[in-house]
Amino acid sequence: MDRRGFLKTTGVAGILAAGRAPAFAQGTKLHLLRWVDFVPAGDQILRQQLLPEAGKALGVEVQLETINANDLQPRITAAIQSGSGADIIMTLHNWPHLYKSSVVDVTDVAEGIAKDQGGFYAQAEQAVKDGKQYLAVPFGVNGLLIAYRKSWFKEAGAETPPKTLDEYRQLGTRLKKKGHPIGQTLGHTFGDAPAWSYPMLWNFGAAERDRQGKTKLDSKETVESVKWMTAFWKDACDEGGFAWDDTNNNRAFLAGEIAATLNGASIYIAAKRQQDKIKDERGEPMWRDIDHFAIPAGPAGTWGYHIPFAHMVMKYSKNQKPAKDLLRWLGAKDQFAKWFEVMEGFSAGSTKYWERNPLWGRLDDAMKLYRTAAQASRIIGWEGAPDAKASEVYSKYVVTDMYAKAAQGLAPADAAKWAAAELQKIYG
Amino acid sequence: MSKPIAGGSNGAAGLEVALPRPRAIRPRTGGHVLENERLLAFALLSPTVVLLGMFIAYPFVMGVWLSLSSTSVGNIGEFVGARNFVKAWNDSIFQTAFKNTFIYTFWATIFKLSLGMWLALLLNRSFRGKRIVRASMLLPFIVPTVLSTFAWRWMFDPTFSVLNWLLYQSGFIVTKLPFLSDGTYGMWCAITVNTWRGMPFFAITLLAGLQTINPDLHEAASLDGANGWRRFWNVTWPLLKPVTLVVVVFSVIQTFSDFQLIYVLTGGGPANATHLLATYAYQIGVATGLLGEGAAISLFMLPVLFVVVWLQLRYLRRLEGA
Repeated sequence: MDRRGFLKTTGVAGILAAGRAPAFAQGTKLHLLRWVDFVPAGDQILRQQLLPEAGKALGVEVQLETINANDLQPRITAAIQSGSGADIIMTLHNWPHLYKSSVVDVTDVAEGIAKDQGGFYAQAEQAVKDGKQYLAVPFGVNGLLIAYRKSWFKEAGAETPPKTLDEYRQLGTRLKKKGHPIGQTLGHTFGDAPAWSYPMLWNFGAAERDRQGKTKLDSKETVESVKWMTAFWKDACDEGGFAWDDTNNNRAFLAGEIAATLNGASIYIAAKRQQDKIKDERGEPMWRDIDHFAIPAGPAGTWGYHIPFAHMVMKYSKNQKPAKDLLRWLGAKDQFAKWFEVMEGFSAGSTKYWERNPLWGRLDDAMKLYRTAAQASRIIGWEGAPDAKASEVYSKYVVTDMYAKAAQGLAPADAAKWAAAELQKIYG
Repeated sequence: MSKPIAGGSNGAAGLEVALPRPRAIRPRTGGHVLENERLLAFALLSPTVVLLGMFIAYPFVMGVWLSLSSTSVGNIGEFVGARNFVKAWNDSIFQTAFKNTFIYTFWATIFKLSLGMWLALLLNRSFRGKRIVRASMLLPFIVPTVLSTFAWRWMFDPTFSVLNWLLYQSGFIVTKLPFLSDGTYGMWCAITVNTWRGMPFFAITLLAGLQTINPDLHEAASLDGANGWRRFWNVTWPLLKPVTLVVVVFSVIQTFSDFQLIYVLTGGGPANATHLLATYAYQIGVATGLLGEGAAISLFMLPVLFVVVWLQLRYLRRLEGA
């Protein structure tokens, strides 16, 4: 589909041809609730440019509210139960499945974007699609790679990043002995914890459930992955990570406390944007010493969990039509490109189309791995469906806590048994 | 026929005088209401009853209903009897949270009581700047819990803890203490913050109680040769017991159902080691959207608190009776 076709299909052409906004009730206000972005420029361009432009194009006033990502789920629950709140709410992971009875069918909007941009990444689609119905409109995938200090890796004998998890543990052990541990969270936090713990299952060939949806966590593959994590934690990690949220590893890395951490691109972006302030131990801008690599391979491959983001239109909203129009407008190539560019690689887009964006040519080499990062991703609930039950497991942090319990001293087999029992109660 | 004058002989004897029939005086409606004690009581009580109904009875009944249903976010659900309670009881995270709630409440109350008592005894003395010290002592109680807990979280930060830095610089430790990253440390940190925050309430209430004790009693005890400890144990403590029990009851209720402090300080982690019933109920009910199960978890607090409060109040009544 060409751009003209897309505009025609989605109705944006009509708006442009008429040269004026559609006739929504005068004074229509849309309330958009999102997280506080790790790349502040993303919020800034929405607030100062894109949403005012959308307001003019659609004849509505758009108010953007940003809150801590860990507070999004409580806000969604409160809004649904009270039947009032933001018209559009940002979601992470597969949350839309949890709220499917309370969101508007946005299939027309999502399919329009998918057709125009060559289809969504698998996890971006699975996160929001229930059968044939889209519960939310995908709005990017957050690539998560391991940011590391090149000079420290070199000092510890690694000219190139480790290829396997065992190599990573050995390197981490040497780094920790030199006072530069690896920093990772196994705490109760929305992004980095699941993005680190779930791939450890997959890379050892373990899974939460089978294709029929039954629990299959109690396996020797799970125990092996827990053993690896326990040893890695003890030998290589900053053990304070049990209490870290999604911001702690950023701060620890930028303060020179840790040598590597799985994260979005925000560490590199912040180090470069504040290069006068963020320096390494030699007084040089730290960003020059930062590079990235994907989670190294385990016995069953190298999978990551690159977190999908989307927007839901809420059923209680009195402005469902303008809300859908806003998502259609924001998701269109021209508008999304502006936001995508200021994100500087932190968001990989929801479709492969964005892998071809000229931005990637302009970014530093250290950022280029993020271009295709979203391709090698599974989603929580694998190898079953990422449904509401998988969301429940995620929200209870069962997988993350399995590793945390073992790292704190519980025998790996017992930790796996505990987690399998918890999953059994949810999945059956 | 005219009626006899009041006080007359009912026509048996004496003079009967015909007086004009008094006009029946009909009180104005408002006045009538005010004259009627029942109506007046109803009028005065109704705002309170409405408020209590809206903000206490309705949420409570709603909570009970939710706990007996399969309600989840956006879905009304159906009656499931005690299934949510059984599920919670068999849930290992719930069991941890249940145990934690008792440990947290027990130790925090013990510390608040002993330190609060000590502080109250100190403040009951006369010294320069007494009023300023008494007022400033209330600061931890006045500052919003979320704000002060954020400050504590910063002090216990796993990477940048100022306490670790101080201890390290002073030579007391060689490696960082895992304040919030170890379950046991995390729980004691939470108890410490709760004690810091709640101690002024104990101190100020006990101080008020101390000031009602007649100094002559202490003087008499001194003349009889009682030392400080004997005076406290035989004079102060018996007279302070009723106040102390009331404060402890309030504190147990607040601490047992504490939410803000844990939510901000540890979020229930690491690995659920600091979850309390309230924070776990919130995680299940509000974050995960399983409102029925969340309500059931929170209702587990009710019988426990009921028994604790009933026992304490019963003891208090016995004390008053004695």
